[in-house]
Amino acid sequence: MRHVTSLKIGPVGFRIGCDWRAPIADLAELYRDYPKPDDGIPDFNVHLFAARPWRRIIRPSVHIAGDFVIPDAAPLPLAMGVLAAEMGMNLQMALGQRRYLLLHASAAERDGKALLMTGVSGAGKSTLAALLMARGWRLMGDEFALVDPATGLIHGFPRLISLKNEAVPVVRAALPKARFGAVMEGTPKGTLRHLVPDARAIAAMAEPAVPALILFPRFGFEAAERPVLPSETFVRLTQASTNYVALGERGFDALTDLVRTVPARAIDYPDTGTAMRQVERLWSAL
Amino acid sequence: MVGAVTGAMILVDALRDPATTAALDGDGWTTLLAIARAEQLIGTLAHRLDGLPMPEAAKRVLADARASAEQGRTAALWEAEMARRVLPDMPGVLLKGTAFVAAGLSAGVGRQIGDLDILVPRDRIAEAEAALLAAGWEWVKPDPYDDAYYRRWMHELPPLIHRDRDRMIDVHHTILPLTARVTPDAAALIADSLPLENGLRILTPNDMLCHAAAHLFADGDLAGGLRNLWDVHCLVEEFGTDGLAARATHHGLAREVARALRLSATLYSPLLRGRGPGRGAVITGEPLVAQASLPGPLPASGEREKTDALYLRRLLARDGWGCQTRRLTRLGFYLRSHWLRMPPTMLARHLWTKWRKGYLPAGG
Repeated sequence: MRHVTSLKIGPVGFRIGCDWRAPIADLAELYRDYPKPDDGIPDFNVHLFAARPWRRIIRPSVHIAGDFVIPDAAPLPLAMGVLAAEMGMNLQMALGQRRYLLLHASAAERDGKALLMTGVSGAGKSTLAALLMARGWRLMGDEFALVDPATGLIHGFPRLISLKNEAVPVVRAALPKARFGAVMEGTPKGTLRHLVPDARAIAAMAEPAVPALILFPRFGFEAAERPVLPSETFVRLTQASTNYVALGERGFDALTDLVRTVPARAIDYPDTGTAMRQVERLWSAL
Repeated sequence: MVGAVTGAMILVDALRDPATTAALDGDGWTTLLAIARAEQLIGTLAHRLDGLPMPEAAKRVLADARASAEQGRTAALWEAEMARRVLPDMPGVLLKGTAFVAAGLSAGVGRQIGDLDILVPRDRIAEAEAALLAAGWEWVKPDPYDDAYYRRWMHELPPLIHRDRDRMIDVHHTILPLTARVTPDAAALIADSLPLENGLRILTPNDMLCHAAAHLFADGDLAGGLRNLWDVHCLVEEFGTDGLAARATHHGLAREVARALRLSATLYSPLLRGRGPGRGAVITGEPLVAQASLPGPLPASGEREKTDALYLRRLLARDGWGCQTRRLTRLGFYLRSHWLRMPPTMLARHLWTKWRKGYLPAGG
């Protein structure tokens, strides 16, 4: 690997190697305030490479691999190099994480307590997490929340927030002074723009929080909410976890403890203003 | 820290002599862990280094690897039990990783286990297939050429995967493809196998060594070879080599077994502890221990040293990211693996079919 950068997100260290200079330079700039992996030893490596030597120059396309790989991962154009790096890190977490139960959820903290939000792509996980950050919550992450099986606490994973399509202008309006990455059109998820978490999110990223509320948001419906039973929460979170099966008994114990002790609600919302009011109301009623 | 010349030697050194890791800096640990993952030896390494002083970040990664291997062991034993229940009257012999953990062998400590490999008598393979299909296993290979190829020429059924547990089973009736130039005595493997308490069976240690050598040198392209040779090293340390030469000759695998012993001793022999990394002996393939000199149709010693060195070149071909290097050497071994598996005209036909379908060897 010709170009290298290392960084730490939450409790997880990464080393990213790349055949091209630009993605590493962009990544290093966006992650400039993040710490380096402990002891100079990353948990995971990401490889961004050209499938054949000449493809570095002719129609360059970035293949994504690392310590853990999936066959046939589709390459991305060089202009989406930062996205490739993010996907590479997500891939390592999804396939290789064994210390924490990994939930596909965004998370935000207030008063030492964590709010988890999970749902399918497009439900608004990233958008709502970014907007909560704008309202003074500590962002813990927009993609993964990590449950420590030993303590039941939530560890954050505050990587770059990945804003998609109509969320980009909404969050830009809410956070006019924030740092954003380049606009990427035509990604597998449409228009995408990265948002750098604020200074507080980065400074406190190693601090875990006690899980206090689990939300299942859905965007694009009349405002509504209903309680979700622990049984349904359990099943939905097994589906939202990439390593639940691989963790075996530890994963089962961690998840059953979580759903037994933490209340869950499903909320439908037509717009983000409504969603913020719903979240604040549910949170203050805890 | 580790250049292209020594490659995966950093991992071999750490397995052979865990004290060598005391000299590693952050980059050295990063390289070691990346290569150990790539060679599927990180669980083994984690057990070898357990309790030694090391940086906290490395300790965490290795603790995760141990937990992961332990969960893998549980899952592998459960999968073996599932197969046993479906094939209650079959003398099913567990092979490779699952056999090592089922019998509590040192080769199984921390070992990563993928598929369940099981050996059944050839005249009962159709029965085994029908029973597995009825119990929830399904075909993996959708391609009719692959399916027909397995059935006609291979030493195992086309792989089956269980639809609920998502785990693969390879049902073997012998340990080398039918097209290979060597024909091991499969009936003797089963007849002499040893019973476990639960009704499943394992090969005798000598047959385990013959199987490991056959798999490594008469079948595959040496991918995963460092792990295979670690298995060989552990089996020899635990059981010795009494009667091995005669057994290997009986199966027609004397040359392969001798090479496996030589290479595993060259890489992992405890006699080499303290000699430090980057030893010249490895590169020249200098014969190191007496046990490596088995009788059999061996080439002259100069020739042998040269080919051993070539094998080592292939086995150690990793860079500091765990990525494979030495594309040409690997391509050579890929072609060789097919050459050994089938006669030339069949080989030509097979590779033509595969390449037309877009299969490329040794990518990445």
